[in-house]
Amino acid sequence: MVVQPQYAPLDTIAGDRFGMPEARHLLLRAGFGGTPAQVRAMAEMGPEAAVDLLLDTEGTPFRDDTDGGFSGEVIVPLTPAQRSAYRRAQQTGDEDTLARFRGERQRQQRADREQIRGMQRWWLERIIETPKPLEEKMTLFWHGHFATSYRTIENSYHMLMQNRLFRRHALGNVGDLLFSIIRDPAMLAYLDNNDSRRDAPNENLARELMELFSLGAGNYSERDIKEGARALTGYTFEGNEFVLDRRNHDSGTKAILGQRGAIDGDGFVRAILAQRACAGFIARKLYGFFATDLPQGGAEASRETEHVISGLTDDLIGARYEIKPMLRRLLLSRHFYTYDVMNARIRSPIELIAQTIRSLGAPARSLSVLADASASMGQNLFFPPNVAGWPGGRTWISSSTLFVRQNLCVYLLTGRLPSDEGPSDSIDVEIVLDGLAPSRRDVPEAVAEHLLRHATGFAIDEDVAILSEILKDASSIREGVTKALVLVTSMPKYQLC
Amino acid sequence: MSLHLNPSDANAYTRRRFLHGTLAFASASAFVPAFLQDVTGLLPQARAGTSSVAGADEGRVLVVIQLSGGNDGLNMLAPVGLDEYRRARPGISLTERDSIALDGRFPGLSLHPSMDAVKELYDQGLCSIVQGVGYPNPNRSHFKSMDIWQTADLSGTGTGWLGRYFDSECCGFGGGESGSAPSIAIGGDAPSALEGRSSRPIVFEDPDLFRWSGAASLESAAQDLVEHAATEAIGDSPADFLARTALDARVNSETIRRAVSLEPLVRYPGSSLGQQLQMIASMIRAGLPTRVYYAVHGGFDTHAGQGGARGRHSQLLRQLSDAIGAFYNDLGKQRNDGRVLTMTFSEFGRRLGQNGSGGTDHGTAAPLMLFGPMVKPGLTGRHPSLRQLQDGDLIHTVDFRNVYNDVLTGWLQADGQAVLGARYRQLGLIRT
Repeated sequence: MVVQPQYAPLDTIAGDRFGMPEARHLLLRAGFGGTPAQVRAMAEMGPEAAVDLLLDTEGTPFRDDTDGGFSGEVIVPLTPAQRSAYRRAQQTGDEDTLARFRGERQRQQRADREQIRGMQRWWLERIIETPKPLEEKMTLFWHGHFATSYRTIENSYHMLMQNRLFRRHALGNVGDLLFSIIRDPAMLAYLDNNDSRRDAPNENLARELMELFSLGAGNYSERDIKEGARALTGYTFEGNEFVLDRRNHDSGTKAILGQRGAIDGDGFVRAILAQRACAGFIARKLYGFFATDLPQGGAEASRETEHVISGLTDDLIGARYEIKPMLRRLLLSRHFYTYDVMNARIRSPIELIAQTIRSLGAPARSLSVLADASASMGQNLFFPPNVAGWPGGRTWISSSTLFVRQNLCVYLLTGRLPSDEGPSDSIDVEIVLDGLAPSRRDVPEAVAEHLLRHATGFAIDEDVAILSEILKDASSIREGVTKALVLVTSMPKYQLC
Repeated sequence: MSLHLNPSDANAYTRRRFLHGTLAFASASAFVPAFLQDVTGLLPQARAGTSSVAGADEGRVLVVIQLSGGNDGLNMLAPVGLDEYRRARPGISLTERDSIALDGRFPGLSLHPSMDAVKELYDQGLCSIVQGVGYPNPNRSHFKSMDIWQTADLSGTGTGWLGRYFDSECCGFGGGESGSAPSIAIGGDAPSALEGRSSRPIVFEDPDLFRWSGAASLESAAQDLVEHAATEAIGDSPADFLARTALDARVNSETIRRAVSLEPLVRYPGSSLGQQLQMIASMIRAGLPTRVYYAVHGGFDTHAGQGGARGRHSQLLRQLSDAIGAFYNDLGKQRNDGRVLTMTFSEFGRRLGQNGSGGTDHGTAAPLMLFGPMVKPGLTGRHPSLRQLQDGDLIHTVDFRNVYNDVLTGWLQADGQAVLGARYRQLGLIRT
């Protein structure tokens, strides 16, 4: 039973409690951070206006997401005529023809691997530049939630179609996403549903649809999986289009999650949405993404956290699975700005990259370098490790990824790669010094404190002292601040936001 | 206000690469299905070679190779002599002709043809295969079942089994050697098996990048900041966790980079697993005090197009077998083979019947392999019946925690009961 805490954690935070630290926190979590000037502007708006600005993705213009110039015709399936020519060649042992087919296939795959790398850079650039960061953040959330990897499906355009699907419904409706995902070519290929036929159902999609996408383990039976797999038979695609292959669809009677009838894929999703467990599962996962990491394996969190998740679950059900009302409540809640929530979440690799650029005013330098670094930190866009997505939290951190994280910041701030011995560059420090009175810029302790507060949320005397020494020895403010930031970003707590 | 930030204003893009090639972690394999008789205690021919097995005072090492995705044990050690096997897998089963008969005493049981290197180790008495390894009420979710294997707890929650071994060594209830040096895992993520209450593994992918790249003039200030953070990191908050990890990384960076820069004594295959085992062999040779190393070979989730004697699963097994072959060859030349026990495992085997996509779905029990001169070579345990199935799957005959117990007590000389939380019968997999 959930016991009511001492204060009402889901009440809206009072305007006079929403200062620079709170605005900074909001921008980091519901976006990818901001410069001191942006943080101050948010603080001055007050909590409701600030949250509404972030949620208003329709009202904020940004280039549309079709402008990557990517082609849906890099991977071209064989035509029926080609297929029979191929089969003939196999039967007759016509090695020349077979080699031609193989060569063409390899050429397509090479071109497609180029294209997926282009898509990684394209998405990273959107994340770094977008004026509506919450939209990209939610797109990233859904990518981790409905995790699909290019490594398995080897079709970049399908990955892009899925990415657009996530962006279109980023802050939309959970139901729409579930109805769409069982028609999404990338997902259908990833979980082998394109091979699932009436006489040989493949259980992969049915299982993960419930275990990982909607209900969570323990909220369905093995029987529901078998019956759900039947409901999804024949859900496949041709080229870049979803197709319901009626000959291979099992239209017989099924019993899924307490419902009976000639249930198809949509009926299966409706049966899922009718379960409170679905809203609870999504609310919990969104909470974990925006607020604090939750115990692994679905174990209970603190009493207050469970109370908040329960309230968010009610919001999701009350709004018929619309996400915005529930997210608005979370981002405005007093709970969201408590000590246990602020500065306590480990940044994901993509967050680390985008937040360092957007908060410290570091240049992005090279998108392909950033895409490589992100992969080395464990978050290769379009290549999640498996269907459960990135587990996040402490799993982001190992002694090895910690070095990559620190070295990435060295690169952003100075232009120096780990393999370089060359001279260092520095950043335009005006952006990050904004808000520090000109008279204070000559006081190393004041500069150190300002940088620590903006980059890590708080400043401890010992750390201020160490950084002050570096600032004192520097020949210019530009050099000193860049060096100090190299050190700040090497601090263990910089990995938190 | 605008949240827009255009980075291209700030600086020109350069085109240099951040990292020279990261290891592409691919895959490989390992479960051996065995036979329908209880063969516990039957040993194959005498061991060749001169390697001596470590005594209690020598640095005993355990190497774990995780086969991710669910390795198809039934095609790794295939019961080619059984009709039920061939009938259930018309498109992907192996035959007597295209596989390697394991051992004259077990007719009808064959290794996959790509595992000639493992067969060689087996013939030399350096390989032990445990049949039908699993656990009660098998879970067919990759994640849950992997958690169960990593924690050695059927709920799949709690600390890792090897993490608890390290915890126990430092807390004094084990009878083994000092566990003060952390375990080392190669890869991007720390395996949860190595996560204890207070012990954490060192993890790296590319040794050259296992260091901080800030300017040398900032090095001592960076060191001060990390040390300062770590002295106060006594709790379990994310900040404490980060501070301890950062200090560990700094302390171990130089030792490890020096160790893996050694030229190996043999040529290793270019596969990811081959490269991982090469680094591990170099660290063993350099005399690191590390007790446990961990490597990962992925890609075993062969729902479609698995292949039989050739194809995708075959490639994974080839990579596994060749890498282990090179590894023991190297260790033998180092005269360290007697110090190193290697164990493979996967989160589950695969279903007996093939599916409609030329692959196999998630199953249950599967064979597990151990390597090294200290193993009792040959087959252990009874092969699960292919007739009496549960939901189309094999019923395990050996609980994996019995295997862990042998490794802990027989090899690492730890208190298996304390680490595993219950008493498990000895299988006798390690020679005493």
